[in-house]
Parts: sequence; C-alpha cells; structure tokens
Amino acid sequence: MMARIFTYIVHKDGVPDDSAFELATAARMIDATAPPTAIVVGWGADLDAACRSVSASYSGIWKIANEALAYPNADLVRQALLKVLPSNSIVLVPHDHFGIDLAPGLSIKMNSAFVSDVLDIAGVDGTHLKLVRQEFGGQVSAHVRCEISSGAVITMRPGAFKAVEIASEGNVIVDKSGEVDVLIAGRRYLETVVAEAGDVDITKHSILVSIGRGIQEKENVAIAQELADTLGGAVSCSRPVVDAKWMEKSRQVGSSGKTVKPKVYLACGISGASQHLAGIKGGPLLIAINKNPKAPIFQVADVGIVDDVLEFLPALTNKVREMRTVAAK
Amino acid sequence: MEILVCVRRVPDTSENEIQLNSAGDDIERDELVYSINEPDNYAVEEALQIVARVGGSLTVATVGGEDDEEVLRREMAMGAHHGVLITDEAFSGSDGRGIATILKAFVQKGKYDLILTGVQAEDGGAQVGGMLAALLDYPFASLVNSIEVLEGKKLKISREIAGGNKEMNEIDLPCVLSIQTGINEPRYVGMRGIRQVASVPIPTYGVTDLGLDACSVGEPAARVKRVDYFVPELGTGAEILHGSREENIDRVLELVAAKGGPK
Repeated sequence: MMARIFTYIVHKDGVPDDSAFELATAARMIDATAPPTAIVVGWGADLDAACRSVSASYSGIWKIANEALAYPNADLVRQALLKVLPSNSIVLVPHDHFGIDLAPGLSIKMNSAFVSDVLDIAGVDGTHLKLVRQEFGGQVSAHVRCEISSGAVITMRPGAFKAVEIASEGNVIVDKSGEVDVLIAGRRYLETVVAEAGDVDITKHSILVSIGRGIQEKENVAIAQELADTLGGAVSCSRPVVDAKWMEKSRQVGSSGKTVKPKVYLACGISGASQHLAGIKGGPLLIAINKNPKAPIFQVADVGIVDDVLEFLPALTNKVREMRTVAAK
Repeated sequence: MEILVCVRRVPDTSENEIQLNSAGDDIERDELVYSINEPDNYAVEEALQIVARVGGSLTVATVGGEDDEEVLRREMAMGAHHGVLITDEAFSGSDGRGIATILKAFVQKGKYDLILTGVQAEDGGAQVGGMLAALLDYPFASLVNSIEVLEGKKLKISREIAGGNKEMNEIDLPCVLSIQTGINEPRYVGMRGIRQVASVPIPTYGVTDLGLDACSVGEPAARVKRVDYFVPELGTGAEILHGSREENIDRVLELVAAKGGPK
C-alpha cells in the first residue's frame, strides 16, 4: 500500500490558490485509489473560509489554526507540519515562492526524498515514482526516479496539472491545531511591500513588444521602444532585462512580475522560461523572434522566426513606417 | 562577518543550444560553454558588498571536480578571500540531500555567520540552501533580493514574492539565504583579475577530511536519480516562418493587423 498523500494548500484572504486543485489532480495521478488529504494552515476566519473552499476537491482536510501562522512564515509552517505529518508521507507543495521556502527543509526534517518543480507524473512502480522535470531553462526535459519508501516531498509547477473540482460528499475537516504547540522561529515576518506602479502600465496595452536577454545591452532597448511606438504598443521584458537594470521591474512579465493579457505579444530574444510564460494570459497571438532555434519559446509561440532581434526589429519598424508613408500619399 | 557562498559551475544556457546525446541519457557536453551559475554570482557580489560594509571575509566553495576550480578562481578574482574545492569520487552521483550533507560537514569545519547560495542552478531544483539550513538547524529564507545587516546578530531581508511584491523579514544569524538574481550588479571580472589569482592555492576537502561516511553521500545514498533526458512534444509548437526577412516581416504585419494592430 502506498503512503498517505498530503497536499499543502496555499491560500490568501480566505481563497485557495489554483494550485490547491492542481495538487489534487497530481495526487490522484500518483495514487488513484486513496483520496489525498489537504492540509490548510493559518488563522482566523480566512482559514475557515479556505477550508470550506478546498472541500470542493478534497474529502479529507486537516486544519491547523495557530495565531503564529496568520502569515505563512515557512520556517514556522515547517515546524507545524512536522508535528502532524505521519512518517513516510508523500507531501505535495506548489513550486512557488512559498514552496521553494518550505519544501527542501521539510524533506530533510522528514528524512524523505525531495524533487522540485515537477511537471508530470510519468509512472508509479512500487516504491518508486517516475517524474518529469525541465532543465536548462526548459530546453530539455528529464525523467527523474524518486525512491519514496521513506516518504517524499515534491513541489509541483503551478499550471502544469489541470485543476479539477471533484464533488466529494461527506468531507470531514479534522482540526489538528491541538497537536501544534507554540511555534518560534529564527525568522520573523515583518511586512509585505507592494511593488511600485512604474511609468507605463504594461497590463493595459494590447500590443506588447517584449524583450529578453537577446537585446544584449541597455542601448538596444530603444530599438524595441521605436517598434512599440510605431505599432502603438508598449515595451515589456523578461527577468534578465530587469536583473541587468536595463528596464524597471514594473515592465517585467512573469510570475514574479506582471500578468499581462495583450492581443499581440512579440517575444523578442526571450528564451521562454516557465516563470515568464506564467505571466502571459488571455491567449494572445504570440510571435517569437529568437536566434536560437532550440529556444523553448518556440514550443509555445503561434509563430516563430529564427532571426537576430537587433536586425529584425528595426527592419520591422521601417516597414511599418514605409507602409504609412505610402498610405499617406 | 564570516560569509560562505556555495557556488556551482554549470552549462551557460544563454550561450548554448542544449542538445541530447545520441544515447539520450545526457546532454551533449563536448561543446558546451560553462560558467558560474548566474544566481551564485549575485550571491558572491552581495557577500562582497556586506564584507565591505561590516568587515569580515568571504569564502567560496563548490562541490565538484578539477574543472570546477575555474569558477572558484573567477569568484576569487571578484574579491572572494578564499576558495575551497570539495571533491571526492565518493561524492559523484549525489542528489540534493547528498550535496547538502557534504556542505554541512564543510560548514562545521569552520565558523560562518552567513551562508549564501544562488536561488537555483540551471539543472537543479532550488533545493540545496533550504536543505543545508535544515541540516544545520539554521533559519532559512529563499529568493532573497535585499540584505541589511542589523545590530544584535540579525539581518533584515526582503524576499521576492508574486507580482513584484517584497516580503520583509528579520532573520537571526547564523542563517542560510538563497539569493535571487537582480539583487545587485555583479562587478566585472577581467582576464587580468583572473590571472592575478591563477596561482593562489585552492585547498581541497574529501570524504575523510570532512569526517563523512561515504555511504551517506554520492550515488549509493541518492534517492533521486535522473533516468534520462528527452525533448518534450508540447502541442504543435510554433509555425516557423522560413521566408526571407522581408517576407517574414510582411507575414508578421499581416497577423498583427488581423488582431487589430496598425494596418
């Protein structure tokens, strides 16, 4: 018999994250016979609201209410989980900024195996799971074999598993708060500082000329700006452009930046890391221009052009201007 | 402050087209350009800036082989005071837990107030920092994008969370932090700088130096193993335009116009 599967529910303001329902799918892929148990950690009315919403997909719910967990400080959450989780459990956690904080240390303390950022479950074979990950910025995928006889902590990529709501009757919320005592950690949450608005709101534009590492240097941002001006759009970017201080953080598209819903997204010299793609919603026409024919962006784009953006973009700008001049005559 | 930064040498994905080898069990490594794992380089720069503000020294360490010495020298050229190569045949095939176990043993040979890692490696899973912290019973924070040293053996740090927001925390020393890219602007390292540290000896540590049980690391201890690599079939993929640049531009403008863009 396989070990019991738990999913960690990320929630905010009483609303469970999409990952709560995606993890339910992943858990059923690992073991279709035993329904997973959701662990919902927090405090107050928000926690109760989250537990109620989660019951759409889970028949078993463990609730841990603790005032110290009103904000999910991973070092405290880890302590709380260790007090309630049976040994050899399989624990599924979303691979987001919280899961990255919580999960590796949890696996050490549970003395269990750890695999991160999993996209798919390729198979279950006795005490082994075969999991799918991506490496090298998504240029290749890998099968990973994970020995689970002494349990496992696995983080799952947000969006990789289809969220399902499974109507489950007679679900039971088990209050495990009593098993968790005072929680103290060497790390204390202070406050959340909300991102500055920035000069241009890229979420409001229907055409985005989005630039990545392929733009090569700060001076070349102007090439994208000219095209955006000509097309009546705005310039957005991927993480490396912000890291290099070529553009403000407010222009970044992705899970740690903005979520955009344009009609047209021109990905220029962007490799197409999953964290970047997570910020592109609403199914825009995605046109990718990249020198590297192996760039993962070509797997998700509608149209791909293998070319140097530093030459392609100015040529595109010129063509639009030419057409306008002709039309004006 | 005594700081240790754990670094890795990895294939540079911005410089390489990663291809599978013919057996499919690894990537083609012959022609690869290797470099320091990018977030690790930001971690080293951050450590150098902290040492410049409050004093102390910086050690960079890597678990690997002879070839990995070049990234230690690169970071020493940046200003790291010491480089350490943790190497042993028994370490090969280690999973994340194995690497963290090796690093724990090394940490316990010295006295560090602060241990930094990069948030993740190109082929890794954002795991070693958090594991190392748990093994040492130190506090941990990931995705750190600012560090301020406070009085009383504490730091004020921010973490990068969703939507560009920052989560502010206070954390006690000693601790382990995983550093996010963009936290600073890593200084440039020229050939001259690297030549200057070319002959600085780099001590090595193996299984016995670290008092490790060879069965607790390396392949025998690994519960997580990569079986093979493959290139996924993700739907149909893009329609690649094979025309001349001018033809491609015309096609792009046609598509954009159909979406309500400029005619």
